[in-house]
Amino acid sequence: MTVKQLSVFVENRPGRLCAVTEALADAGINIRAVSIADTTDFGIMRIIVNDTDKAVTALKERGFIASAANVIAVSADDKPGSMAAIMKTLYNENISVEYMYAAFLNPEKGIACLILRVDNNESAVEALEKSGCKLLSESDIAAV
Amino acid sequence: MAKRYWNEKIECMEFSEMKKLQSERLVKQVKHVWDNVPYYRKKMEEKGITPDDIKGIEDLHKLPFLSKADLRDTYPYGMLAEPLSECVRIHSTSGTTGKRVVAFYTQNDIDMWDDCVARAITAAGGTKEDVCQVAYGFGLFTGGAGLNGGSHKVGCLTLPMSSGNTERQIQFMQDLGATIICCTPSYAAYIGETLHEMGLTPDDIKLKAGIFGAEPWTEEMRREIEKSLGIKAYDIYGLTETSGPGVAFECEEQTGMHINEDNFIAEIIDPDTGEPLPEGSKGELVFTSITKEAFPLLRYRTRDICVLSRKKCSCGRTLIKMTKPMGRSDDMLIIKGVNVFPSQIETVLIKDFKATPNYQIVVDRVGSSDTFEIKIELSDDMFSDTIKDVFTLEKKLSADIVQILGIKAKISLVEPKSIPRSEGKAVRVIDKRKLV
Repeated sequence: MTVKQLSVFVENRPGRLCAVTEALADAGINIRAVSIADTTDFGIMRIIVNDTDKAVTALKERGFIASAANVIAVSADDKPGSMAAIMKTLYNENISVEYMYAAFLNPEKGIACLILRVDNNESAVEALEKSGCKLLSESDIAAV
Repeated sequence: MAKRYWNEKIECMEFSEMKKLQSERLVKQVKHVWDNVPYYRKKMEEKGITPDDIKGIEDLHKLPFLSKADLRDTYPYGMLAEPLSECVRIHSTSGTTGKRVVAFYTQNDIDMWDDCVARAITAAGGTKEDVCQVAYGFGLFTGGAGLNGGSHKVGCLTLPMSSGNTERQIQFMQDLGATIICCTPSYAAYIGETLHEMGLTPDDIKLKAGIFGAEPWTEEMRREIEKSLGIKAYDIYGLTETSGPGVAFECEEQTGMHINEDNFIAEIIDPDTGEPLPEGSKGELVFTSITKEAFPLLRYRTRDICVLSRKKCSCGRTLIKMTKPMGRSDDMLIIKGVNVFPSQIETVLIKDFKATPNYQIVVDRVGSSDTFEIKIELSDDMFSDTIKDVFTLEKKLSADIVQILGIKAKISLVEPKSIPRSEGKAVRVIDKRKLV
């Protein structure tokens, strides 16, 4: 089970993040998680939204380069060692993490969520599920 | 007293006598080309002329032009006028197959070239007592070999340093007492800056003169270089198509370059109509090589815009003078001394993307060196969510650009439609250097 992540190319110049988020806002898109990988000249903004396809269309209409990729959203108990356990599971299966970031922590339920981009989604999903991790689906995310 | 001229007879020849010499050589050269270069013979036939129609330089205008496109069409041997067994060397301009020029030299051609450069070195005050440091690039590029040959001819102790490794250049200057430096003007300025960064002053070195060419430079740059290195800076001009540096050179008056017109007849034409323009007019410079054996180009259009003048020069030379090129009649850029055509960059983009994305070349000069940036509008299929993939793309582009141009460019990937367009067409080149 994977979820779609939106990636947007953003040049390092004033106003670009504003333009991206405004495009999403105008399309009525809700942001669930966000991270930016930055270099000296540009950044790649990765966003989990409630409707990825609609978001891609909205951004392209405004001239952005945007694409969707499948990533894994795994929930973990909000306590020491949860993330280490997830990493260990992946490491044991020889799966590489390209990047990851945290999303919509839910303090009331004591649950955190981790977005993972790995080199092999299929084996990662299988390994994580086998180890007892709960993976989130598209509808889970839309409903959060 | 240092020798003032390398070849006084030629350099100070009365114009009437020079005209006679040029005419004799031209007539002979046209015959040589007619007999040995079918490509040019055909061009002459198309214009309905034969060598009999060329009786002297007054008939020069009857001959057809040659352009870079002709050299491309005849690559590599189509302009060769001597058997390969008589050729001893090749030089080449940088560039793609489409734009590359390969020039052949017989031993006589090399001797003529060395002689031209010897005149330039002598005009800059060089004698056999001098130590001449050649910091132009060596290789297929004509800069290193040209100045090296001229320096040998004069009898200077020659240091064939090639370019780069600036601290070592300065070390050699100090240890071996170089008195003349030859390189691109931007590299000379850089050497000057490095000298000062090393805590040294012009008093710590023995340089007295510099011979600089292969790229545009301004009067301000000249004064800066002269000050930072404690020298007098001389301009030199040339192109691979005619031989290399030394086609024209500056004397102590520093008001233009004397053309070695016993070897190269210069004309100024209207770049649009091809009509020859009178002396003093600004137009495109055209050269006819009248002594070259292996690669004798007749009426070659340089695309450089300049002015010719026969005004009396205080140095005593009567050789016609050309101004520094004031621009180009095509879209060629000279960046870090290297000829760059936007179409070469397009070749790389097409190869790497199978399409031409919108791009823009931005050239500037920071301090004394050129900066060269290529902005490329990213498209969907070039984009990935990982930095690694985008960097891989940048690296590949960067490597391909170096391979084609021989110089590095900063690749900047930018958002779609972020390159300004004027009247719907993207502006391909932004040259912020103010060189003219």
